[in-house]
Amino acid sequence: MSPAAPTPNLGYGGISRLWTMPGGVHPPEQKDQSNSTPIQSLPLPRRLYIPMDQHAGAPALPVVSAGERVLKGQLIGRDATGRGGNVHASTSGTVQAITEHTLCHPSGLTGTSVILEPDGEECWFAHAGIPDYLAAAPEALLERVREAGIVGLGGAGFPTAAKLAQGNALHTLILNGAECEPYISCDDRLMRERAAEVVEGGRILMRILGVERCLIGVEDNKPEAIEALWTALRASGEERMHLATLPTRYPSGGQKQLIYILTGQEVPSGKRSSTIGVLMHNVMTAAAVYRAVARGEPLVSRIVTVTGAGIGLPGNYEVLLGTPMADLLNASNAHGFHKLIVGGPMMGFTLRDAKTPVTKIANCLLAPTMAELPPPPNAKPCIRCGLCVDACPAKLLPQQLFWFARAGEDHKAVKHHLFDCIECGACAYVCPSDIPLVSYYRVAKDRIRAEREAKRQAEHARRRFEAREARLAREAAEKAERLKRATEARRAELAANPEAQAAIAAALARSQAAEPAAVEPVAAPPEAAADPAAARKAEIAAAIARAKARKTQGAVPAETSDSHKDEPAP
Amino acid sequence: MSLAYAPSPHKSKAENLGAFMRQVVWAAVPGAVALFWAFGWGVVFQVWMCCFTAIATEALVLALRRRPIRPALTDCTALVTGVLLGLALPPYAPWWCAVFGSGFAILFGKQVYGGMGFNPFNPAMLGYVLLLVSFPVQMTIWATPLDLVQRPMGLWDGLSLVWLGETTNHETLVSLHSGIDAWTSASPLDHVKTQLGQGYSLSEALDTPIARGFSGFSWEWVNLAFGLGGLYLCVRKIADWRIPAGMLAALFVLASGFSLTDSDRYTGPIFQLFNGATMLGAFFIATDPVTAATTPRGRWLFGIGIGVLVYVIRTFGGYPDGMAFAVLLMNLAAPTLDYLTIPTAYGHGEEP
Ligand code: SF4
Ligand code: SF4
Repeated sequence: MSPAAPTPNLGYGGISRLWTMPGGVHPPEQKDQSNSTPIQSLPLPRRLYIPMDQHAGAPALPVVSAGERVLKGQLIGRDATGRGGNVHASTSGTVQAITEHTLCHPSGLTGTSVILEPDGEECWFAHAGIPDYLAAAPEALLERVREAGIVGLGGAGFPTAAKLAQGNALHTLILNGAECEPYISCDDRLMRERAAEVVEGGRILMRILGVERCLIGVEDNKPEAIEALWTALRASGEERMHLATLPTRYPSGGQKQLIYILTGQEVPSGKRSSTIGVLMHNVMTAAAVYRAVARGEPLVSRIVTVTGAGIGLPGNYEVLLGTPMADLLNASNAHGFHKLIVGGPMMGFTLRDAKTPVTKIANCLLAPTMAELPPPPNAKPCIRCGLCVDACPAKLLPQQLFWFARAGEDHKAVKHHLFDCIECGACAYVCPSDIPLVSYYRVAKDRIRAEREAKRQAEHARRRFEAREARLAREAAEKAERLKRATEARRAELAANPEAQAAIAAALARSQAAEPAAVEPVAAPPEAAADPAAARKAEIAAAIARAKARKTQGAVPAETSDSHKDEPAP
Repeated sequence: MSLAYAPSPHKSKAENLGAFMRQVVWAAVPGAVALFWAFGWGVVFQVWMCCFTAIATEALVLALRRRPIRPALTDCTALVTGVLLGLALPPYAPWWCAVFGSGFAILFGKQVYGGMGFNPFNPAMLGYVLLLVSFPVQMTIWATPLDLVQRPMGLWDGLSLVWLGETTNHETLVSLHSGIDAWTSASPLDHVKTQLGQGYSLSEALDTPIARGFSGFSWEWVNLAFGLGGLYLCVRKIADWRIPAGMLAALFVLASGFSLTDSDRYTGPIFQLFNGATMLGAFFIATDPVTAATTPRGRWLFGIGIGVLVYVIRTFGGYPDGMAFAVLLMNLAAPTLDYLTIPTAYGHGEEP
């Protein structure tokens, strides 16, 4: 592809050109299934299952107890680490229990959850926004974001406050509205209907970060969203924010990919984007930041796209966190689907249980029929066609990674940059042999991580052992030194005291006279004492002679095993 | 409610391996038709025999290895091997050449390595080289273009020649050379090579009916047709365009360079590009993905290497056409090329 041509919207200044993402694919977009109706709300669920673990990082700790009445927006789980996220009651009601419940997680894990029975009143706790947020202290704004439990709403769930507080020198904030995954349209609807919240959220984020440039990237398959943002930008009079229309191509919304498309810079491997002065947030996160700061509302709901051929009334729903997916399926008239996917068809994960609650990371519930997303055919051998190479946005060699991952040649996989794979699935999507490439990479990554961890621990143990050895040796040396010094001191004392010397001499003479034989064996051979080197030589000669003797006997195994008999078993 | 578990991605492009390989066969049709039109029924026999033997051998070996037969056959890779070898063989080579060559190609070119995807060498070219080395006479007698003979060889003569070794009036492959009908002759590449070797100048060597046209009678059309099918493969991204581009460019540059220095000893670039197996090799054989280099830069080098080798073998070597040897030699180099040309991954560009 040629370098993308500047689009009309770039005229707003700031971005002179776009860079072309290497690779990528263009699966059927399927967004029109869900993006034509406004965001709807759901009837209040009978029960909410609010997990303490809805984000990357440590789960929050519950701060309410069973039987307690809570108000909407009240803190029910506190982030104790500063690197997770607070959790709030999604509505007013009574805490029924605090117990283990299925999490919204690829492995179907369970975790501590607050089970809340709504009272139907939607009664908010007392809260107030910071009206003049663009003049407020950045620290106060950041604190609001932290309190409100905001995490990345694009699906990754990284705690927003922790990301904002990284402390690197930044120059650019990027708002990610690319929404490149097929089917998903929640960001699209959000930008169409609440563009001003996105823009204001972006301004707050800029203030917190102290950056003077904000780029908003939106794929060109969302003209209405672009129009709405455009209008909101003009209305706000904000001149530091720039809107960029990207060619629609998966995965242009990947963090590293969007940074490259907008700035031409690559995030160095294994580093955070802040090392190149860029920070990215999802547009929905920005809107949540706005609500938290300007209105004082913590994150208690999110917009979820409910779509797929198995959904009767596809669309976008504003869903209280903790709402069981089953309620969403009921409300949207679901039938005939064969799996449930949280996220899109490219990177989403399947649910095992429709009781799984909606959490902060659940951007889309996809309920496809068998005909729509059939299970993949059996994998066939790799023909090395290289289509995966052309599709890979990370410029990797997926087919080589596959060979190495399958053969367990982990060091080669690492050398071919396995850990730069973003698991976007573009390679598996194009593979004519239907090889589940990404699964191979995941397994290999897990294996290598486990190995590294084991090695790290072994290394740790070795260090500890060596440190202990060194300490013991040092202590022994010190002890010997002390002893030596004490002896010398005593000698010196003796030398200085002729009386004592005489007494010792007399005692020695007595004992020699009494038991002359007793002294003999104790004394070392005279010549050895005189010349330690000679003694060593003699010892070596003796050892050689012994070895020779053994050899001539034919080094009988029985003898060797005999010689080990007395040794303690290892 | 039972929900299916599946790892992402949940969607894949509709194209599957069988469809992929069948495209190769379809793309070879124009070239095959041109060959048929130029040289007659022999082409059909060869392709048919090679395909039949290749598929039968594949099925037999899989049965012996107790592997599922159906998926391996529906992926059509044996069919492609058969088609390509069939197109590369002289049209009236005896039937056992086709059977022996394609059986060997599948058995020792592919299955002994563990089947599809694991073979280091292009199976069709392995079969071809085996035949060329074992039966040099049969493998270098080409058919005379039908237009150049008074009474073109018909279906029965062709069948009889291939299956019984002699035509209906008892002419053999070798004797046909000098017979009144002269149904067989050397290919233009072979002819020019022999003539040059005997001390003739290039213009003298080219002064023969079979070398008429811009690159040898009929051959130009055959090559154009293969080139056309090949372009289709490239556009559909079934063949990687870098390999034929590299190969043809190298051939062009070398042929131009040499013919500029001594136009009476070296054939020009057009003659080289549109003769022999050039286009078939460039688009259909060198691009066999299993045995080619896989990195983008590696593929350039792979193609260029083949182009250089083809020219060198044709011009200075002992065989009239060098495609098979060139491909096999570069197959050997492919893993190294891949290793040396690992692309710079995202985030590894300018190390800060
Ligand atoms: S796309 Fe599939 S078959 Fe082709 S090289 Fe990649 S892994 Fe192999
Ligand atoms: S999943 Fe990894 S290897 Fe495959 S295309 Fe995406 S980044 Fe490349």
